Amino acid sequence: MSTSEEVYAASPLDPVETHRLVTENPAAGGAGDQTIDTSVFDQSIVDRAQAIIARYPQSRSALLPMLHLVQSVEGYVSQAGITFCADQLDLTNAEVSAVATFYTMYKRRPCGEHLVSVCTNTLCAALGGDEIYAKLRDHLGTDGKPLGHEETSGEPGTPGSITLEHAECLAACDLGPVLQVNYEYFDNQTPDGALDLVKSLQAGEKPQPTRGAPLTDFRQAELQLAGFFEGRDADLDGPSAAPETVRGAKIAAERGWTAPAMPEHAEFPPLPEKK
Amino acid sequence: MVDNLTPVLTKRWLSPRSWTLKTYEQLEGYTALRKALTAHPDQLIQQCKDSGLRGRGGAGFPTGMKWGFIPQGDGKPHYLVINADEGEPGTCKDIPLMMADPHSLIEGIIITSYAIRANFAAIYVRGEVLHVIRRLHAAVREAYEAGYLGKDILGSGFDLDVVVHAGAGAYICGEETALLDSLEGKRGQPRLKPPFPATAGLYASPTVVNNVETIASVPYIVNGGADWFRTMGRERSPGPKIFSLSGHVERPGQYEAPMGTTLRTLLDMAGGMKDGIPLKFWTPGGSSTPLFTADHLDVPLDFEGAAEAGSMLGTTALQIFNETVSVPWAVMKWTEFYKHESCGKCTPCREGTYWLVQILQRMVRGEGTASDIDTLLDVCDNILGRSFCALGDGAVSPITSGIKYFKHEFLALCDQNSQVLAGASA
Repeated sequence: MSTSEEVYAASPLDPVETHRLVTENPAAGGAGDQTIDTSVFDQSIVDRAQAIIARYPQSRSALLPMLHLVQSVEGYVSQAGITFCADQLDLTNAEVSAVATFYTMYKRRPCGEHLVSVCTNTLCAALGGDEIYAKLRDHLGTDGKPLGHEETSGEPGTPGSITLEHAECLAACDLGPVLQVNYEYFDNQTPDGALDLVKSLQAGEKPQPTRGAPLTDFRQAELQLAGFFEGRDADLDGPSAAPETVRGAKIAAERGWTAPAMPEHAEFPPLPEKK
Repeated sequence: MVDNLTPVLTKRWLSPRSWTLKTYEQLEGYTALRKALTAHPDQLIQQCKDSGLRGRGGAGFPTGMKWGFIPQGDGKPHYLVINADEGEPGTCKDIPLMMADPHSLIEGIIITSYAIRANFAAIYVRGEVLHVIRRLHAAVREAYEAGYLGKDILGSGFDLDVVVHAGAGAYICGEETALLDSLEGKRGQPRLKPPFPATAGLYASPTVVNNVETIASVPYIVNGGADWFRTMGRERSPGPKIFSLSGHVERPGQYEAPMGTTLRTLLDMAGGMKDGIPLKFWTPGGSSTPLFTADHLDVPLDFEGAAEAGSMLGTTALQIFNETVSVPWAVMKWTEFYKHESCGKCTPCREGTYWLVQILQRMVRGEGTASDIDTLLDVCDNILGRSFCALGDGAVSPITSGIKYFKHEFLALCDQNSQVLAGASA
């Protein structure tokens, strides 16, 4: 058995991450993990987990939504969350860990009240996304050190705390540069506008997304990603079609351009003969 | 002569509360389903073949042929899986479609499932688009309540369940076999083919995987017929297509035009280049399709036209960059993306993208040498065609095409050892 100094010296990761892995590793193997306390996932969460399983022909398909459910409870995927999913799906902790660590949206450390994701893929970056990200990093950093990717400003989970990340293409390129708060779109951003947005989030305000429902918080968003929308029907009416979205349709309407008219009765082709 | 813009899929987007069942039904919604249920499933497959509809997710595979590959009478359950994992850089057509008009996708799903004899369908939508997921869930719920989903749909005896499945942020899941693994609750890594999904897809059963825009086109083909669909576009690439213009244009947005339209026509409608700064380079269909330049303004944007000009149609995501943007910088940014999204399963892609990023970052820092260009091309040569899936092929497209058209910019970085060209200005 190595001394801990040797482990830290050999690790390519930073000491904090190494420490986390060293201390959590015994549970990740799947054996002898009876010590993991999953009581934070109460009966209502178990019921939801079972409801997710019921959606699919095979239970394991429920794992991705269930990890979103876990994040709605704890704001990240903890070891307890992994054990919870494993128990519900009759998988090993290792099998669940392998999945949880593969996907960007499953966070390995507790997130802030809000998750701010700035697109820094090429097109958004060329239009100012890199500047937006740099400005937010500086603002949310401390002691002159910019906040890093997936780091949190403030005590995670407390009001006004913010986790910042740079994101890959968010499929809103006609509206770039874009960012998201809890996966709701804020389109056509500027560095100053994005800074104001983050400041108001820190002050406890909930600015309306350009497209999306009124903001709640990261955990509420994760509950919806798991497929639970109770009592939030009004969210559906949040704005969707930006001017950019309907530009082509509008020009066509203005100029009287249409697709060719459909025939009165379009017949089906005859039934093909069996070969 | 067909008009410059042919709104079919995008037409309903202008209507108030277009995402609701009520609006959808007022605008011919679910009439195609009623009609389709009077036909034999094989007639629907034949009609789709006749229409010439080709997959809108990038590869352009003939949709009717894909449906026809599903073995019938095999006693196994069949599945339809919708690839709504839109994430190819530049691509932004399926997200607005599902946000504005989710019922058109659901109607297409029901018709397609009936045609291929599937009783379970899943919409695999990327996780970062909560508003879309919300609208899809609501539309599915409305469809169940109205009897369009569930048991004995509209008295036809046909049963179908649909689930909306949120992904978790992995571009690779847009690859159809990685998507299937992900939908099965695993890491999203591609499978070796064959077997193809048509014989061993979801849960090792026959499965059709189709893109959102493809399936949303189906109700219109049922209502209008194959010949009507072919009045738009070109012989081998018929139909309307949503072209997404982004970047340095005056009016970026979604423009639905017949297949085979040109960037010149689209730019004209989008008000030209932003602030009149000239065009430098663009992608015809996302970052995985080789770059085009101002010399390609008149290339017909359909599957054949783009390929003949040395690129691919991809997802018709036209990312347009003006003269202020450095090509090596843009290529570096895209390569960072592919490195991040490489799933790690195969060596050429995992290791290759890692080293490509190292080299490009060094060049953009002004510390490159001319031999770096040869190294880049050599690494690309070892990735292209040697990777497990198309992600690797896509990763080399910006690099090889960037060097093909703009080698002088890469060389200039080496000569100057400076950062003059290294950043893009807004």
